[in-house]
Order: sequence, then structure tokens, then C-alpha cells
Amino acid sequence: MEAYREIILILAATIRVATPLVLAAIAGLFSERSGVIDLGLEGKMLAAAFASAAVAAATGSAWLGLGAGVAASLALALVIAFACVTHRGNQVVAAMAVNIIVAGLAPALALAWFDQGGQTPQLDGPGQRFLGIAWPWAQAARRHPVPGLAYAELLSGHNLIVYFAAALVPASAWVLYRTRFGLRLRAVGENPLAVDTAGISVNLLRYQASIISGILCGVAGTYISTAASAGFVRDMTAGKGYLALAALIFGKWRPYPTLAACLLFAFADAGAARLQGVPLPGIGVVPVQLIIALPYILTVLLLAGFVGEAVAPKAIGVPYTKEK
Amino acid sequence: MEPESPALQAPGGPPGPALELCGIDKRFGAVHANRSVSLAVSKGSIHGLIGENGAGKSTLMNIVYGFHRADAGEIRVNGRRVEIGRPRDSIEAGIGMVHQHFMLVERFTVLENIVLGAEGGAMLGRGLGEARSGLGRLGRKYGLDVPLDAEAGHLPVGMQQRVEILKALHHRAEILILDEPTAVLTPAEADQLFRMLALLRDQGKTVILVTHKLREIMAITDRVTVMRQGSVVHETATRDTSPKALAEQMVGRAVLLKVEKAPAKPGAGLLEVRNLEVRDRLGVPRVKGASFSLRAGEIVGVAGVSGNGQSELIEALAGIRVPTGGSILLGGQDLARGSTGLNDRRSHGIAHVPEDRLRMGVVASFSAEDNAILGYHARQRFNRSGFMRRRAIREDCAEKMASYDVRPPSPSLRITAFSGGNQQKLVLAREIDCGPSVLIVGQPTRGVDIGAIEFIHRRIVALRDSGKAVLVVSVELDEIMGLSDRILVMAGGEIVGEVPGSEATEEALGLLMAGVKGDASR
Repeated sequence: MEAYREIILILAATIRVATPLVLAAIAGLFSERSGVIDLGLEGKMLAAAFASAAVAAATGSAWLGLGAGVAASLALALVIAFACVTHRGNQVVAAMAVNIIVAGLAPALALAWFDQGGQTPQLDGPGQRFLGIAWPWAQAARRHPVPGLAYAELLSGHNLIVYFAAALVPASAWVLYRTRFGLRLRAVGENPLAVDTAGISVNLLRYQASIISGILCGVAGTYISTAASAGFVRDMTAGKGYLALAALIFGKWRPYPTLAACLLFAFADAGAARLQGVPLPGIGVVPVQLIIALPYILTVLLLAGFVGEAVAPKAIGVPYTKEK
Repeated sequence: MEPESPALQAPGGPPGPALELCGIDKRFGAVHANRSVSLAVSKGSIHGLIGENGAGKSTLMNIVYGFHRADAGEIRVNGRRVEIGRPRDSIEAGIGMVHQHFMLVERFTVLENIVLGAEGGAMLGRGLGEARSGLGRLGRKYGLDVPLDAEAGHLPVGMQQRVEILKALHHRAEILILDEPTAVLTPAEADQLFRMLALLRDQGKTVILVTHKLREIMAITDRVTVMRQGSVVHETATRDTSPKALAEQMVGRAVLLKVEKAPAKPGAGLLEVRNLEVRDRLGVPRVKGASFSLRAGEIVGVAGVSGNGQSELIEALAGIRVPTGGSILLGGQDLARGSTGLNDRRSHGIAHVPEDRLRMGVVASFSAEDNAILGYHARQRFNRSGFMRRRAIREDCAEKMASYDVRPPSPSLRITAFSGGNQQKLVLAREIDCGPSVLIVGQPTRGVDIGAIEFIHRRIVALRDSGKAVLVVSVELDEIMGLSDRILVMAGGEIVGEVPGSEATEEALGLLMAGVKGDASR
């Protein structure tokens, strides 16, 4: 029974950890399917985390925070798109520039506005955060661990953004494979020339994809600072943008496999947190550093060994010009 | 799905122009690509547009298709002026284009490729269904059968081309432009394409055929326009002209269409290939037990449809691929064993002009002079203990440019600033000047204009006459038949026949290429 409890709790933690990964990975999926490398996930999320926490702290509204987070992320997405799509700049350089700027600018602004050592104030007022929503009878269900505990921990009790992320995956698959926009988006990442000669604007499609990515990163960043924690701290995205990108590659740029990769990474993370200081049979207590490194080691191993040939969109990273 | 447009003229009257270009002018920087070009294409006709590479044909058609915008001039479709600033405008005016490099999304199905841009609604489901039945009708009407659910990238090129044509028709094209459509086809496939085009014309469509092949112009077009250096220099009904006259209009001087050469005087065997087998990365055999010999003083041609093992064969001979079986004997030594690699081959006197110039023959971002020593850069002449001898390299390149008539003769110019023909001449100069005893040439004149073709052929023949052995691989049958003293035909990775050059006919080679085994010389 104790093991069952433990597993349910790890799975529940997995869902919470996976949420920003899924949002960011799907954001990256739209952008990269259109042919634009989305290394800026990290920076866009961090900007959103700061903007949402700052606005939520100032106004007392998590929803206004969400709006601000999305707006900040979207603005950066448009900056990157302007550099990479309109002016055909290097996508990696432009995105990394944004990441570096945000990493420095967010704590600097926080210091200037709130004077709390580069953090935003604790979000503890009513309505400043996205809190868990208890489903009917969740408390009562806990009394019957199987399946009550699973219901209470896995289905119930998450905040709105978690449910949004869960719905996002099938919705994205539907958009990608069942709609005209999806067809064109997939085409433009493979062969923009084919899209252009079919009379469709390559740049418009890539802007649309960048906008979607910006919005989703905004939601992901908002989740990190106003739902998963209670305020912004320096570098709080901690490489989640890059991890999401790894999940996207591991998932071969397809929604469901990408979701699976996000869950796997999140599970490693959640499991590692629970393993700290727990003696394992036959091994003893594993050094905490190794445990923390586990998800990253897993990432490297998976990417190096098990993905096989990554089937990236063919035109990814290549600015579109008509001249050959 | 496809409205039948009523004939504008009474039967018997002269059909009006479907497409008119008036004074189209276009500059790219210093290059004047189109100089006030005017052109009228009659409705329901096949109109040929011929000219050398760089004559401005493609620019002109790209303007019509909205890929480039003209600096001046106007475009009229069915007598009405249209503004074409992007492909969408052109498609809406009823113009469709089949590009030389197909515009297909390789990982999409044929159906997805065809509907792209004309999906019939924001949701795919219904539109795809309607397109499927509509395409069935179109396919039957024009004899354009394609497997709608196959992945486009897996189809043979001939089929991909049909997909492109269907795509244009699905987008309701009344005027169809084909840019060098036969570059990738076998003679039989080309004939099939021409029958398709004739059918389209008879159904009232207008076809513009852009090509540099005289044979095609003569075979299929009703009228022909010749372009040279950005201007229209000649226009006539096809029945009133001849290949020779057209070639002279294209080049601006008299040209030799046939390769002039004396009979070969083959000497001793130089290179002996026995049971050569080459497998690709996946272990699929690409060359299956090829055996032949190359003698001094002869040109051996390898004919075949692209992708039947020719590339792998020459790459194995040139040392780029390691053969998985058999032997390559040169002067009693087996090159298939032991040391391999291009440098080893060069030290044995085997030089190689690769098939794909821009991928393997030159480094696009390098200057002409650096490209002129690629592979030979470590030689004492060009290199002193690791430091390049810039002056010697430049002088060497200037010499090569002079003796191979490379224009412009500027060694420091980027290689991509030269036309295809001049790039190829420089590559040929590089490989011949190092004094090989065996020269392997892949697609000697791919993307090369007529004037340069003549020059390149003369050089290859001269090399033969000086007692060297030459192996030529080409998908152009005319070239193979014109150059070769002996012709080997490859199909499915095997050498399926050998024909003396003097006795070869297109029909006999075509049969062998299609895989009908046998020795056509008997």
C-alpha cells in the first residue's frame, strides 16, 4: 500500500513537472514544423514567468498575470520572427540572443521594481495564483485508496493550466493533421518553395507559427511562476525550454510522441526528487548530485542512442529565399 | 472542378493569344536578364521557348509565374491585362507551372501535394474527398494515372512530374508552363509526356515548353521563340525551321551539333573491371557484377536511366566508394583492394569529373582559382610545406582559363558567378591538366549551354586522341552516341548490353535501358 501511495504521488508530481514541458514542446512543435528552429523557448518562458508574476503581484490577479506573461512571450516571439523570417537572420543566433537578454533583464527589472534581490514578491494573496481545482468527492475518495487516491491526485486537484496542457496535445494533433492550416504548416517546414509556388505566403505561415509558439510559451512561463511556485526567481525556467526541445526531437516533431517524451523526462525528474536520501536496495544512498543529474543523463542517452535517425522537418533552420 | 472554357473564336478562325507578354524587362543588379521581351502564345497551342542557359528563359517564366516581378512591361491573359506580383495572382489568372526541380513535399502523399494551396476549405476531410474524385476524373481525361496515396518522395521522377501536372490542373490552370521537363526522363517517358501535352493541347489548354533541347522543340511544338542574352531573337512556326537554324539562332553563330571525331585507334587495355559489386549504406546492391575494360585511345560511354547504378559505378572507380566485391585492375594492381580514396586514384593516374558539379565538383563559396586546384592542392606547385602559393595558384588558373576558354577570365571571381558551362570547363581543365591516363566523366554537359557543350566534347575527344582512356556516363543519349566508341548500357545495376558507338540507335539503346536484355549489336 505504501508503494502504491508512493507511485501515485510520483505520478502526480510527474504531471505537474510535465505541464510546462508539454506546453513549451508543443509551442516548439508549431514553430519547428514551420521551419523555424525554436531555441527561444527558454527565453520566452522566462520572460513570461517574470511578467506574469510581476503583474499578478502588482494587480492581485492571476489572470492579468497570464495576460502579461503571454504578451511578453508573444512580443519576443515576434522579435525573433522579425529577425529570422522577415530579415532571414540566423535562427539560432537570434533565439540565443533573446535567451541571454531575458536571463539578465528579468532579474534586473525585478530588482528595480520590487527591490527584493531580483525576485518578485511572494504571491500569497487570494487570486494571485492558479490554484488546484478539487473535483467533486475528491476528499471523500481518498478514503478508498484504490482507485480513490488515483482520482484525487491524478485527475483532480490540478490547476487550469495543467488541464489546458492536457487538452492541447489532441487539439494540436487535430490542427496539424486535419486542417488546412496544419497541412500548410507541415508543408512549409518541409519545402517552402512548394508552398510558395502553390500560391501561399511562406512568411505569413511562419509568423502564424511563431505567434502560436509565443502564446504557448507565455502560458508555460506563467505556470512556472504563478502556479508551480509563488513568484519569480532568477533563472527559474532552469533549462526547461531546452529540455522541451529535446522532448520534441525525441518525439520526432509529432504531438503524441512528444507528449510521451515530456512525461518520461518529467517522471525521471519527479522520481529523482523522491529518491533523494532514500537508500536503494543493493546500492545504498545515491549521491544527490547524481539524482538531480538523472533527467539530463537520461536525455543525453535517449537522444544519442534510442531516437534513431531524427526526422526533422527538411527545411528547418533555413531562411527562405526565392533564389537558389 | 474544371470549367470548360468556351472557345473564344469561331471554329476555323485564328485562335487569339492566351498569353501575351509586352516589353518585359528585368535586371538583377548588373545582369540584364530580360531586355524588353515580347511574346504571344496562341490559345490551344504548344509554344516552345528555347535558348541557352542564361538566355533569360527561366527568368521570363518566373516573372509570368509571379516568382519575380518585372521592372517594366505588362502581362495579358486572354487579352486582359493582369497584375502578377506573386504566384497566387498567376494561379488565379489560370497559369500553372511545372518547375524543373519539382516543387513537391516529399513526405506528403500525392493527394496532399496536389491539394496544397487549393484545399477546398479550412477542414481537410471534405476537401480531400472531393479532390480525390475530381482527380480521378482528370486522370482519366488526360491519361495521368498517379497513385494518390503514395508518398511523393518515393515515386519515380516521371510519376512526380505527372503529379506536378495534375497539381497545376487541379489549380485550374489553362496555361501550363513546363521548364525543362525532360531533363529527368528516359526517351520513352519523354515521348509519353509529349503525348500527354498533345492531349492537353487538343483539349484546349495552352502549353509553353521551355527547353534547350532542339529535338523536343521539333517534335512537339507548334511555334517556337528563341531567346539569346535576354532578348527574343527569333520567332517562327516550328514547321518552317530546322534544328540547325534554331541552334544558330540560339548561339548566334554556326555550331556543330554532331561531335566531330576520327575513328578510334584503341591501344592496350588500361583499366580492367571484373565482377564489380557496390552496395549502398543500407546494403542494397547498386552495381551487380559489372565487368568491362577500358583501352587506351577510346571513349567508352555508359548509358542508362538515371539511378541504375551508374553513379555508384563511377564513384567506385574514382575511389569515393569502396566496392564490396570484384576487382578494378590498373597496371596489374587491384585498386578495389588495399588503399582506396581519391588521392590514391589520382596517384594511379585516374582523374574524375563528378556528375553533380555543385555538390562534388566545386566548392560553391570558393573562388575559381581555389576550385581549379581542389584535390591537387597538396602538390608542390601549389603548396610549400602547408602554405599555399597564392601567386602560382592564380597563374595556374589564368592559364587554364585561357586554354579552356573560360569566361570571364578572372581567377579571383567566385565560382558560382560563372555559368554552368564555364564552371564545367574549369573542372575539366583541372582534371585533364594533371595528366591522367584514365578520365572518368559523369554527366559532362549537365547544365551546360550548347556552345560550351561543343567545346567540352572536343576536349574529351582530344584527350582520347592523345592515347588516354575515357569513361563517360551520361543520361543524354545524344551525347553518349555522339562521343562514345563503345557504349555500355546499365539497367538495374547490371551492364545489360554493349553496342559499338557507330552502330548504336536510340531505339536499341532505349530498349536495353528499359531492361530488355540482350546484345543489341547482334
